[in-house]
Amino acid sequence: MPAADERFMQVNMGPQHPSTHGVLRLLVSTDGEVLRDARPYIGYLHRSLEKIAERVTYPQFTPFTDRLDYLASMNCNLAYAMTVEKLLNIEIPRRAQILRVIMAELNRISSHLIAFGSFSSDMGAFTPFLFGIREREFINDLFEMTCGSRLTYNYIRIGGVSQDIPEGFIGKTREFLDYFPAKIKEYNELLSYNAIFIKRLANIAVISTQDALDYGVTGPNLRASGIPWDLRRSEPYLIYNELDFNIPVGKGEVGTVGDAWDRYMMRIYEMEESSRIIRQCLDMLAPGDYTAKVSKVLKPPAGEVYVRAENPRGELGFYLVSDGSTKPYRLKIRAPSFANLSIIPKLARGVMIADLIAIIGSMDIILPEIDR
Amino acid sequence: MTELISRIVGGLNTPVFLTRFLVTVLIMLVSGAIVLGISLLYEGLATYAERKVAGDIQARIGPNRVGPYGLLQFVADGVKLLLKEDIIPFYADKWLFILAPYIVFTVSFAAFVPLSYSDHIAVANLNVGVLYIIAISSVVSMAILMGAWGSNNKWSLFGGMRAVAQIVSYEIPIVLSLLAAIILPASMNMRDIIVYQGGGLGIFRWLVFNNPFTFLAFFVYFIAAIAEVNRTPFDIPEAESEIVAGYHTEYTGMRFAFFFMAEYGDMFVVSAIATTLFLGGWHLPFIGGISMPLWLRDVLQVAVFFMKVFVLIYLMMWIRWTLPRLRVDQLMELCWKYLTPIAFFNLIGASVWVLLLHGRGIYDIIARIIVH
Repeated sequence: MPAADERFMQVNMGPQHPSTHGVLRLLVSTDGEVLRDARPYIGYLHRSLEKIAERVTYPQFTPFTDRLDYLASMNCNLAYAMTVEKLLNIEIPRRAQILRVIMAELNRISSHLIAFGSFSSDMGAFTPFLFGIREREFINDLFEMTCGSRLTYNYIRIGGVSQDIPEGFIGKTREFLDYFPAKIKEYNELLSYNAIFIKRLANIAVISTQDALDYGVTGPNLRASGIPWDLRRSEPYLIYNELDFNIPVGKGEVGTVGDAWDRYMMRIYEMEESSRIIRQCLDMLAPGDYTAKVSKVLKPPAGEVYVRAENPRGELGFYLVSDGSTKPYRLKIRAPSFANLSIIPKLARGVMIADLIAIIGSMDIILPEIDR
Repeated sequence: MTELISRIVGGLNTPVFLTRFLVTVLIMLVSGAIVLGISLLYEGLATYAERKVAGDIQARIGPNRVGPYGLLQFVADGVKLLLKEDIIPFYADKWLFILAPYIVFTVSFAAFVPLSYSDHIAVANLNVGVLYIIAISSVVSMAILMGAWGSNNKWSLFGGMRAVAQIVSYEIPIVLSLLAAIILPASMNMRDIIVYQGGGLGIFRWLVFNNPFTFLAFFVYFIAAIAEVNRTPFDIPEAESEIVAGYHTEYTGMRFAFFFMAEYGDMFVVSAIATTLFLGGWHLPFIGGISMPLWLRDVLQVAVFFMKVFVLIYLMMWIRWTLPRLRVDQLMELCWKYLTPIAFFNLIGASVWVLLLHGRGIYDIIARIIVH
């Protein structure tokens, strides 16, 4: 705790605060409405997931990855499954790969919908939030059809997926994809190009290209700063290299490249791209196995791997060390939000309180994966 | 009223001055109770309406459980708030903390008094009605600051400072816009102002159509009025996502309800002023010339007056559930750089108009040209 300076007012923003997206605590010192600095204090949601990983077997840890980024459980499952598979050297059936891509991209859309919605409510417009929830409901229904749960799916398992998609899934997904573009247009009309919204976000909290690289910012936040780095394109995994999609990059449409509006808009563009990916995957889907033959007890050879995947919030990395037993020797999780959070103190210097909310919202951090 | 008092007093056999005093007090109490009852009923129904409107805009249903169509929801809410624990923070300045909600509510209620609801219905026919309302609603900012300071909470203090800055600033465009309208009837009496707007089918002689300056003044007034009652996009003093709940962060139960009801009361009052000064008050459109019983005319006039007010309130709700929030400096910029100069221009323009055309409105001029 820094010594309190009489000239500034010390305020705790969080851990219970409407717009710190969970239990982030920011110690804010302000001069009236203007911030001097904001320091994040984290750990309120710490569950020692990395330590738990050392006590459970490889497949048993999959449900814990659901609890990393709970808005993108599929993507977390996927990254973990890929890590263990690399260690085991398993080949995944093509159908399973396509299913994984479909699920990951659907989850990306639903995660971005929450990002869009919660950001809009941070900015004082509550209606877009409910619109986002409304569309997310479709995706939740699709997931419920597939694996029975609506938030923590535990669907992508080591070797493939837990079960094949049910009858009617493809039709319903196509229905959603036909319905969704009109809704994105609605979001843009209602919020993205709203004059007040642009006034609030243009030129606010600009992350320069160099800063983004220095702080290890990844995901849409990095791309908003003008760097077309997306693991799905840069280090293709699964079947991403066969798919045709664009990497949206921040162009400074209403202000500077890398401002809060750019970061927000990346998510809208990515939802469009993910829709395209899902459409292509549905066309590619051919009968086949939904999982590889994996033995019940996994004993990977001793060694270490690092696998990363493009999560909705950035690069999720798993560094896994095996000593040849049934349990990981060490699992280190590289959470994208953790790196993204680290730049907030730099951005928050000298802005106004309302801008700090815009910064947190536009970075779209999620606490469970920061605290792990 | 004097006539009524003497009539009642005349029938009684007691010392005149005493009875006169008692009867006056009695009449004041009764009329006060009637207005209080009506305003409380209105406030309850307005919260219901707000939630229904919000539900409609946000693709959901809104309250529909308590009573038919959920109409009694506000009763349930009221009971809930009454039964809640009344928390006074330990370090609060108790007197300020306890007094603030009552002052806010009293002031908002007191502003109902000089309104002219129909040709014959008004609680008090004040000759300085407009001035009275402006003066008494200024007290709100003091009461809010009392509550904010008394809470001994930093978020409350932020909210209180924001509220005072905002309300004091926006009073200037409000007063200037109202002046632009008042100089035509040359009266501050609510009834006189409405009577002045008679004729022209009950529509075309409204002050808003009188000349281009009053037309502009109406919009300046309405925008500033939304800011005056702290509603989105100007809900900065209670910006939920930024400063928790602003000045009423620490208030619970009925004390919170007083702030809440005062907000809806204020909405009614500012809309009623707009109706009275710009939109012809209780004049019946089109059917004003038809002869009908006095009671029917009064009932219709009250209905027309309330309809106009409710349209404006609906507009405020619509705006609230559509737009994001401005930042505090942008809010001040809007007031001082745009609204205040425009309002000054309006006032000068309207004065010149009155001077040159002797208060004839556009309708009168057109009517004259057609007749000649």
